[in-house]
Amino acid sequence: MLRLSKLNKFYRIATHSLHVLRDVDLEIAEGEMVAIMGASGSGKSTLLNILGILDDYDSGEYWIGDTLIKGLTERKAANYRNRFIGFVFQSFNLLPFKTALENVALPLYYQGVTRRKRNTIAMQYLDRVGLKDWADHTPAEMSGGQKQRVAIARALIGKPRMILADEPTGALDSTTSAQIMDLLAEINRSGITVLIVTHDPEVAARTPRTIRIHDGKILNSTDVPPHVPVPVAPAGPPEPAVS
Amino acid sequence: MWLAFLPLALVTLIVIVGGVLWAIGGAPDLRLRGAFAIVEVAIATVVSMFSFDRWGEVFDTIRRNKLRTALTAVSVAWGIFVMIVLLGMGQGLNNGVRDSFKQEAMNVVRISAGRTSKPFAGYTVGRKLTFRNRDYTNAASVKGIEHLDAQFFIKGGAFGGGEMQIQHGVKSNVFGVNAVYPADFYTGGYAIIEGRYLDAVDIGTLRKAVVIGKPVRDFLFGHGDANSAGDGGFDDPIGQWISVGGVPFQVIGVYTDQGSEEEERQVFIPTTTAQLAYNGADRIGMLNFTVGDADAATAHLITQEIIGQLAASHQFSPDDPQAARVFDNVEGYERFSKFFLVISIFVLVIGLGTLAAGVVGVSNIMMIAVRERTKEIGIRKALGATPVSIVAMIVQEAVFLTSIAGLLGLSAGVGFLSLLGHAIQSDMIRDPSVRVGVGILAAVGLVIAGALAGFVPARAAAKVNPVQTLRDS
Repeated sequence: MLRLSKLNKFYRIATHSLHVLRDVDLEIAEGEMVAIMGASGSGKSTLLNILGILDDYDSGEYWIGDTLIKGLTERKAANYRNRFIGFVFQSFNLLPFKTALENVALPLYYQGVTRRKRNTIAMQYLDRVGLKDWADHTPAEMSGGQKQRVAIARALIGKPRMILADEPTGALDSTTSAQIMDLLAEINRSGITVLIVTHDPEVAARTPRTIRIHDGKILNSTDVPPHVPVPVAPAGPPEPAVS
Repeated sequence: MWLAFLPLALVTLIVIVGGVLWAIGGAPDLRLRGAFAIVEVAIATVVSMFSFDRWGEVFDTIRRNKLRTALTAVSVAWGIFVMIVLLGMGQGLNNGVRDSFKQEAMNVVRISAGRTSKPFAGYTVGRKLTFRNRDYTNAASVKGIEHLDAQFFIKGGAFGGGEMQIQHGVKSNVFGVNAVYPADFYTGGYAIIEGRYLDAVDIGTLRKAVVIGKPVRDFLFGHGDANSAGDGGFDDPIGQWISVGGVPFQVIGVYTDQGSEEEERQVFIPTTTAQLAYNGADRIGMLNFTVGDADAATAHLITQEIIGQLAASHQFSPDDPQAARVFDNVEGYERFSKFFLVISIFVLVIGLGTLAAGVVGVSNIMMIAVRERTKEIGIRKALGATPVSIVAMIVQEAVFLTSIAGLLGLSAGVGFLSLLGHAIQSDMIRDPSVRVGVGILAAVGLVIAGALAGFVPARAAAKVNPVQTLRDS
């Protein structure tokens, strides 16, 4: 469902060129739930941006299903993001001046769905994350966990093929984190591929598969059973608390 | 009513298309797609203008930023207000000065007889020419002449009338005497304050009628004697007989000329009467005529035609600059018109400058708004907003703000002029107002200005990189 082959990414800063992703090969099947772990500066964020069609790459290939994601126009990229990917962020990234309902409905706005119809659909998704009664509240009136649920509802509303979650529990306490992970797992069981970028081993422990990235290279892409520690790269720097 | 907005919408569209294209220069792929992108952006913008949702977004933003919106609105409204008031004052100045210059018709051409300076048809140089009544008759047939006047030079004075002793009862003094046709009224630019001016009957029947200047009246008919003004009052001069160089004339009117006191110390009698009374036969000293609204080139053609007639009639070379001497105000009139064009341009430049400052203000504030909204724009982009839709959102907001604020300023300016216009009226400023066309132009300009104001921030918005804004630092 998702395939990267020999993918390379450079950042050009003035005369220097930084090789951020080196020949990344990665394959994620439909319906998988995967954690991507890596230290700050490992290329983890870059990989996330490329997977999220927020950034382009220099060589190699990135396929979502039968669609090659390469050298897209911004319009096409926006369109694919809207159709293929649901984003969940550490800081929720809800629009503060819009209600929960309006926030959830936003992706449908960019699909050209009428206001009434998208509000109806948004209400269904809010119900699914258990926040039907909070539809008219703005994010400021909600707890972190609630905000993240709204964000997840928003990510789901466009019927994406995958959820791309960037440190989804990074701003939450452990109880709420567990609830959010439960929700993501439940979504995954409904058939949607879930990719979670995290530095939290507990989060990674809850996914059937963990991909480790270091220095722009995928270290280990094998299936890892839960609760079995994965060998850390020998030359890897210590992982900071916050990515 | 709505039809009036159609051309407006069209112009707006063109500007928006151009500007948006530049604005999404921040989105390189769109820039590269050229013509296709223009169409796409144009459609998106127009569609968004009619989209309830889009307006919802715009009003949302405005509601969230009341102070910013108010400040922006004030700067634009003030710019428009100043521009409208300036334009109105410019128009008022134009009206006023034009009025005060009306005293001397600006479109007058005068042709007087001189001496030949070129040999012609066997005649040698230095021959003195004299125009005749037939020259007046001939000239009357020339097309393009508005008013035609033939003046008889009473003592062969160099220009206009000679001086004569004028007497009423015991009062006697020397005043200028002009023998003219009724059309002189238009070429001279007088105002009748009593009675009437000379007319065709006076000319045709050789009436001994005289129109006197106000100082002449005050002298001849005033209650005082030759050395004092007395009580300042005067007898009714109309119908009274006075002696002009020994010949009795009946006063039919009194005139003033704001040009100068000297031009009021004159009297006017019919050319035909003067020719008879002062042994003038059919001689005339000068032809005067006005050319209406003709430009300098046309006036020159008319003048050349009359000179051609005179040359044929009096056997001189039409190229002879001395034979028929031409004095005209037409070039002066054109210079005068140009002067007003310059004033208009000056006013417009100042007005536009003020407006531009307002627009820059809007642009600046919108720019700050875009910076503030970087995160929001990033989120929208991640959720599938295309650069086109982002640009359209910002531009639409700017156009809306500028238009509403501008229309407020426009109304205030027009209201100010119509309410307080009379208060600032003076000799130089008369009826300050703006024309409907200017109002419409201002409205169109506003929308364009709004679009322009939106483009710079829209460009910044289109450049927002969701990657950097969405990740927590």
